[in-house]
Amino acid sequence: MRTLKDYITSLLTEGCREDGRSLLEYRPITIEVNPIPKANGSARVKIGATEVLVGVKLDVGEPFPDTPDSGVLIVNAELIPLASPEFEPGPPKEEAIELARIVDRTIRESGMIDLEKLCIKKKEKVWMVFVDIYPLNDEGNLFDAGVLGAIVALRNAKMPKYDKKEEVVLHKELTTEKLPLQATPILNTFCKLNGVLFVDATTRERKASECRLSIATKANGHICAMQKGEFGSFTADEILRLVDLAIEKGKELRQLIK
Amino acid sequence: MSDKIFVKIKDVVIPGELLAEGMTFLPAGRAFRKGARIYAATIGIVDVRGRVIRVVPLSGCYMPKKDDLVIGRVINISRSGWAVDINCPYSADLNIGEVTTEYIDLAKTELSRYFDIDDYLLARITDISESKYVKLTAKGRPFRKLIGGNIINVSPTKIPRIIGKEGSMITMLKQLSDCDIVIGQNGLIWIKGTPQKEMMVAQAIKKIERESHLTGLTDKIKIMLSGKK
Amino acid sequence: MTKVGQPPKLIVRGKRLDGRAPDQLRPIKIKAGVVPNAAGSAELSIGDTHVIVAVYGPREVVPRHLARPDRVYLECIYDMTTFSTSDRNRPGPSRRSREISKVTAEALGPAIFLEHYPKTELDVYIEVINASAGTRTAAITASAVALADAGIEMRDLVCSIAAGKIDGQLVLDLFEPEDNFGQADLPISIMPRTGEITLLQMDGDLTKEELKKLLAMNQKACQEIYKKQKAALKEKYEVKK
Repeated sequence: MRTLKDYITSLLTEGCREDGRSLLEYRPITIEVNPIPKANGSARVKIGATEVLVGVKLDVGEPFPDTPDSGVLIVNAELIPLASPEFEPGPPKEEAIELARIVDRTIRESGMIDLEKLCIKKKEKVWMVFVDIYPLNDEGNLFDAGVLGAIVALRNAKMPKYDKKEEVVLHKELTTEKLPLQATPILNTFCKLNGVLFVDATTRERKASECRLSIATKANGHICAMQKGEFGSFTADEILRLVDLAIEKGKELRQLIK
Repeated sequence: MSDKIFVKIKDVVIPGELLAEGMTFLPAGRAFRKGARIYAATIGIVDVRGRVIRVVPLSGCYMPKKDDLVIGRVINISRSGWAVDINCPYSADLNIGEVTTEYIDLAKTELSRYFDIDDYLLARITDISESKYVKLTAKGRPFRKLIGGNIINVSPTKIPRIIGKEGSMITMLKQLSDCDIVIGQNGLIWIKGTPQKEMMVAQAIKKIERESHLTGLTDKIKIMLSGKK
Repeated sequence: MTKVGQPPKLIVRGKRLDGRAPDQLRPIKIKAGVVPNAAGSAELSIGDTHVIVAVYGPREVVPRHLARPDRVYLECIYDMTTFSTSDRNRPGPSRRSREISKVTAEALGPAIFLEHYPKTELDVYIEVINASAGTRTAAITASAVALADAGIEMRDLVCSIAAGKIDGQLVLDLFEPEDNFGQADLPISIMPRTGEITLLQMDGDLTKEELKKLLAMNQKACQEIYKKQKAALKEKYEVKK
């Protein structure tokens, strides 16, 4: 019996994929802005059959002791069993933690949120930005979908009212004020199989792959985060080639957010 | 009390929907009787033949049936046979005695010589016990290990459409693609040819699965397979 | 049930705060088959309450010792996203969500031919993505559609809705302020064919007469909800010319 790996490899070496895409083509992407009224900002993103729901909630709390005049960003991902037969109920496991941390670094390292502007009272009160990622159907590439969802949710988030006197957030009252944002990072994840590099892997392609590399870029072509995963390896040349591709693909996906 | 049928052939019905009333009717497929009334048990299509009211399911996993031809994957090798995954909630067993008529010295023979873990094979269900213990046979033709090729998974409810009336659809698929195609009642289909042809057949079968209820499907598939050479 | 502070008037000039009549449901939207990975699924919104349900199974029971020799092991897990509520709620199960998971399974179980799937497990995963009162009844209604979508053998669907008392008046389908400041809340679920009640909970203060009237109101509303469930399933499975 030819294994999944052999089968996918044979297709990739011909430059094609099970769904007819080319190696550097994304599946169709749709983005729904603010579908969740209770969230301060939200996005529902589909990349092919993969679907992710991201919500942003804002609250006021104490800053971290080493950054006393800076707002706080907390990113969490829950791989709920609804989205895949491979997800089990329970606290986040490594896959969920890696997804959350990659999205976190993409946002944080790009400087997307001007955290200093989120300070209310130094050392005591700052805005806390919670980004929570929930896959609704996992058909591969949760990383890119998660980042896209987080970026859109943050860009469209509205601040709740803060009562300075009582020092309490009025969660049910929204202002028209948005978060202080500067950059728009995009994440592109590439996989490698038998020397062939391709973007936006489906579940089957991911299972057959040797390794993956996620690269986050900003509009100015700078790289702000990278993460290699799985048990294979990349050459330096491959990495540099992927950076070029990430800048190109990053531009493409950024267009969808405008 | 007069006998009444409340639905007609090809109606889509949902669980609990009233189909007929009268003791002379017989429920079949996914239909059940409660008192004098017959209801649908799952989402399905109505078929009425004489007094038999059948609901053909439109959704649902494979539930093993005696004499079904199935494609399975070996998940475990025991002392005297194999445990096989046949794409249903119950595991199936294949005993060495149901693979070959030769005398096998179990102490000296590696069963993996016949079927190893992750091998796919074509078998038939010979028996299902009360406690859903499924027994398989792979003795004689056409049963064998399926070597090479590609396995795809479709909803078992679409298998009849993929086979077609008297095998018309699958015959056409084989002819136009030059591939070996074996269909399991349990929703697994094995395709063997060139990688390009295998992918083409897989896409054609997925199309049949999606559009099984539409007319003109046979022609569409013909065009799809003839067009891409 | 009543929150601290001066509760607002919930009936103003004979009308509810969102303009509905006492026996009027919020707008309901149901779609079947929204999670491709699942055996069956459904998405439902009633007013601003929004849930997604996915059904997996029947499949092998894990861990093995939970397997029942004569019937399926049904598990429902009700979960809320952190951003589904005004105050962000911590991820993971709470005592409330675990109770709702249990009563949901007990609401759906009677409708399923459990004995047709011995030694297997059926999982119903419910995710509340926006909570605005009536999440458990929305969850049950959507779960029934998801189970049907999965081809699970059932004797009937299950419909669920809540009715209650606000400012002394009996009303159907409490929305958020009514749920927070009302005097009684009665969620039920029924199997529409026979009217059998599979979920019944109550909080607050009711006389027997009031209870009787609320039950009748709920039962009537369930027939309307049943039509929507049926329409959602037929929309997915009927021939589209």
